[in-house]
Amino acid sequence: MSQSVMTSGNRPEKGMGKSPAERTEPTGSGLRGFMRSSGGDYLLLAVFAAAILTMPIWLAPIGAGYPDILQKFAIFGIFALGFNILFGFSGYLSFGHAAFLGVGSYAAVWMFKLLSMNAFPALIFAVLVSGVFALLIGFVSLRRSGIYFSILTLAFAQMSYNLAYSVLTPITNGETGLQVNRSDPRILDQLFGGTSMTVPDIFGVQLQGWAGFYFCAVLLILAFFITMRIKNSTFGLMLFAIKANQTRMSFTGFSTRPYLLTAFVISGMYAGLAGGLLAVTDPLAGAERMQWTASGEVVLMTILGGVGTLLGPVIGAAVIKYLEQIFSSFNEGLLHRAFDFLPTAVQDIVVAIVAPFVGEGWQLTLGLMFMIVVIFLPGGIMEGVGRIARRVRRDKPSDDGAASKAGH
Amino acid sequence: MDAIILQILNGLDKGGAYALIALGLTLIFGTLGVVNFAHGALFMLGAFCAVTFERVLTLSERVRDPSVTFFEAYKEVPYLTIWYGDAGQAIVDWAVPLSIILAIPVMLIVGLAMERGLIRFFYKRSHAEQILVTFGLAIVLQEIVKYFFGANPIPLTAPSALTGSVDLGHWLGLTGISYPLWRIVYFLFSLVVIAAVFAFLQLTTFGMVVRAGMADRETVGLLGINISRKFTIVFGIAAVVAGLAGVMYTPILAPNYHLGMDFLVLSFVVVVVGGMGSLGGAVLAGFLLGILQSFASMTEVKAIVPGIDQIIIYLVAVVVLLVRPRGLLGRKGVMEA
Amino acid sequence: MPIDTSAWSRRRILQTSAALGAGLAIPHVFVRNAWSQDKVFCNSPTGSNVVLGFNVPQSGPYADEGADELRAFKLAVQHLNGEGDGGLLKTLKPSSLKGNGILGKKVTFVTGDTQTKSDAARASAKRMIEADKVVMISGGSSSGVAVAVQSLCQDMGVIFMTGLTHSNDTTGKDKRRYGFRHFFNAYMSGVALGPVLAEQYGKDRKAYHLTADYTWGWTQEESMKNATEKEGWKTVQTVRTPLGAGDFSQYLTPVLNSGADVLILNHYGGDMVNSLRQAVNQFDMKNKTVNGKQFEIVVPLISELMAEGAGDAIKGILGTANWDWKLDNEATKTLAKSFGEAYGRPPSQAAQTCYAQTLLYANAVEMAGTFYPPEVIKALEGFEFDGLGNGPTLYRAADHQCFKDVLVVRGKEKPANQFDLLEVVKIVPRETVTYDPSIFGGELGPSEVKGCAA
Repeated sequence: MSQSVMTSGNRPEKGMGKSPAERTEPTGSGLRGFMRSSGGDYLLLAVFAAAILTMPIWLAPIGAGYPDILQKFAIFGIFALGFNILFGFSGYLSFGHAAFLGVGSYAAVWMFKLLSMNAFPALIFAVLVSGVFALLIGFVSLRRSGIYFSILTLAFAQMSYNLAYSVLTPITNGETGLQVNRSDPRILDQLFGGTSMTVPDIFGVQLQGWAGFYFCAVLLILAFFITMRIKNSTFGLMLFAIKANQTRMSFTGFSTRPYLLTAFVISGMYAGLAGGLLAVTDPLAGAERMQWTASGEVVLMTILGGVGTLLGPVIGAAVIKYLEQIFSSFNEGLLHRAFDFLPTAVQDIVVAIVAPFVGEGWQLTLGLMFMIVVIFLPGGIMEGVGRIARRVRRDKPSDDGAASKAGH
Repeated sequence: MDAIILQILNGLDKGGAYALIALGLTLIFGTLGVVNFAHGALFMLGAFCAVTFERVLTLSERVRDPSVTFFEAYKEVPYLTIWYGDAGQAIVDWAVPLSIILAIPVMLIVGLAMERGLIRFFYKRSHAEQILVTFGLAIVLQEIVKYFFGANPIPLTAPSALTGSVDLGHWLGLTGISYPLWRIVYFLFSLVVIAAVFAFLQLTTFGMVVRAGMADRETVGLLGINISRKFTIVFGIAAVVAGLAGVMYTPILAPNYHLGMDFLVLSFVVVVVGGMGSLGGAVLAGFLLGILQSFASMTEVKAIVPGIDQIIIYLVAVVVLLVRPRGLLGRKGVMEA
Repeated sequence: MPIDTSAWSRRRILQTSAALGAGLAIPHVFVRNAWSQDKVFCNSPTGSNVVLGFNVPQSGPYADEGADELRAFKLAVQHLNGEGDGGLLKTLKPSSLKGNGILGKKVTFVTGDTQTKSDAARASAKRMIEADKVVMISGGSSSGVAVAVQSLCQDMGVIFMTGLTHSNDTTGKDKRRYGFRHFFNAYMSGVALGPVLAEQYGKDRKAYHLTADYTWGWTQEESMKNATEKEGWKTVQTVRTPLGAGDFSQYLTPVLNSGADVLILNHYGGDMVNSLRQAVNQFDMKNKTVNGKQFEIVVPLISELMAEGAGDAIKGILGTANWDWKLDNEATKTLAKSFGEAYGRPPSQAAQTCYAQTLLYANAVEMAGTFYPPEVIKALEGFEFDGLGNGPTLYRAADHQCFKDVLVVRGKEKPANQFDLLEVVKIVPRETVTYDPSIFGGELGPSEVKGCAA
């Protein structure tokens, strides 16, 4: 790894993530860079871990304190974290990441069917398969950049989706989705006189409900830790440098492709892990997971939360899943109950105004939110939090300070 | 032989729609540098202009319906029929083509409003942000349409004189080639609109400035020409073209609120295959992909490569992007990497 | 109830901290005794209310169908609680319903959006089970969703009364002990429609199938193929079309030159609206003559909303339906009146099946005298009833499929009003469409399940 690269790499002047402090940190060799850490990072990690693990308590008042939605927060948090490694760090916008999520799910369910209901082989296989899949697609797609890269990834993902839905039905079970059956072979489980249970477990602990959530949460914290390390590493700096100015990187006689491909594969593996976890908490894999709108969703999560930031994608993922699950379940009866402190006439008017935005209209709220965030807060929710934090404490304008605030 | 000719015909009307949407998309990209994910929504809005126009023409008096006995039901008799009898009925019959009258001003206003109110703030922002904000807008637009028109597809019919099919084989001396009349009309209509857009850009001073702006925006700006005013109008034109494509497509495809999303990805692929910012490329790629898609759906082809009709469009996009990244007719150096 | 306006209610703190504790102390929780001994089960209703979950498509192409299902659910809940005109509570025989809720508990409900996607539907169902504590889930407008939610409900130990799902798999190879289907299926459509087709169009016909390329489409195609070939028809070609293709012209053009004289459209929803309209209005197929015979089009599964979307194209098209609001029986008239007065339109067949399912569940609970699912399942299995609009009906124990008359319908040539789109050509008796449950395989699974842990 040449020194000249680093000197050109550590002066990024623009980018979508608004100048995270880490970016300008000094250089180090690859391994040392990865191992290096600062007290602030560990503090952030600790706060993050605490926030995630206590989600059942502090999210309960807004109706999100039940296992399934918290599992989704954690799983899509991992998905968005991984996506951010590619898009947020290197600026390459993939519009086909849902394909890796879907492949991960299928791989995990096949492991459940063939090998064992234990979650570990399934997750390892899911990560490996999507890694290989990402390697193939990344190798081809990274021959182009900019919007062409986006279209290439989109094309691959759509092909995967269309085929999974129809021709590949023997592998994917098409529309109905791949499910675990009692009659599946499950070689390992048979060998060890296993059960006929069809619920994934880790050594006897069934990964549903709260156990499922804590399993996902631990993996999310792990994924967060790794992302943090990647961001602070030489490799992370390289990606930011590519985002800042790829042409200059090339002019220094340096090949950016291997770095991009690594980032692509890593983020594909994150997606595979997320897909695997979806299958672990709910052993069914459907093709819709791979549709382009699903790929769009992770882009939205990342941008909504804050591109290039560490916490942003996780927050964005939670916000979107919350809208999809909770807002869509509001109906007029619930609204009337929520506003019953108002006089009846006012109550009717308020409900009439709010009703189009919830229940059937939850997507309207979603669309409006994207527009508002992108127009007024290009750095996403993290930028908003940062602005507030700066206003409150003008002396400490770093993103880390803002980030740890957001964790509470 | 007849099968091949029929599939080419299929490709032509499909391609007409693709070309019209992609034309506006590439025009916006070429001039403004904006990736407009709300373009499919403009196509959808055009279709709903036709729906609205038809609804207005068939504004009806509610009369108690004696044929329903279980509960109080009403049926509707259009005022036009009440007032003008057969002539009124004929106007209703021609509702779809007539709704162009409504669609042109409406889509122009929508386009101008979109550019002035939203898009112009995004010229300097990244493609990702442009995609996000226009995608958000697309969702908002389609949800508004859903709020008023519901989610079910709404049937609109072509004028009865233009429904049914004609025997084209008669002219060619072949048998078994009959093709829907309205689709031929649609193909011709798309040619007319494409020709009009090209003529406008080639023959008018305005068009000259726009083309110059597409080639080198800065220089044109330095010459003291207010290019952004011109580009606003370009956006309006692109919206009208997409809207017209939507209006005339309604008899082929019963419109529903997410019609735009169905066409969005496809039209981007068309633009990329044709070459980003290349008008001719968009048209050529539109027709080419339409025809390829038709051929891929033939049973004979599917027997060789199963599922090919599901992926052909994307396959072509991948191949074109890898082999000739600037697209079929794209200029060298534009978005090439 | 998802939002708590009083922010931190005491109960919620207790609940969540208990949940958190439960999660942290994993091994302790998971060596729990069997549920059934003390009849503690998933979401056993404790207060004076019982919550039902209605999981319908609110966005996506079937949103209107979902809206109609929701109307029916609301009406059913009203009637169960003794509000409104009582609806079919009066006509259901035998009935244990009292019009005072279910087992004296007032019925409340929560809603959710399936988006017609398996993932979203399961997430929504899980929310209902985990957060809203429902004892029963109903709804849905596609077979993929039905199968996905059904297997979830089996794992969670919550009864699932399917809405509109027509695939053989729902009560065939993917059947579950906790899933019950009132709607008919593709096999019955074929058996009912085959003889009518032969009678109307003759025995010497050549059919061309266009089939939506996913599981429902395939079972539909297979059922229609078997049924028509039994009548002596030949199948010229079966072509798969991508779901949501929109423009079907490239699949329609070869039809007229293929030698076929009947086109069978195994499409549903938007696909059916578009392919039928394109075949009739544009390719003018109904006015063509092939092999010296009038060319015909058949749509095996017709729904009112699709008929509305297809407009004039539906006229004269034969197909099957589960139910029609114009049927001449007391229950149908009662429901049409009750629904029509509430919403200004007659119920669609999707609405009727959802209404019936809600009442059937409530009735089974009353019969069992408990919400405990294995007992409710026993009450539903083999339940023979009448008075929900479909005539005498049996909930078969072997596969949880309802057996009742199937309607062969035709798009009306001269509709008397905007709701009068279909006419009933023939009522095919229940005996004719009854089949051996073993032909589709699958197994129901246990009725005692560990259920939702929490």
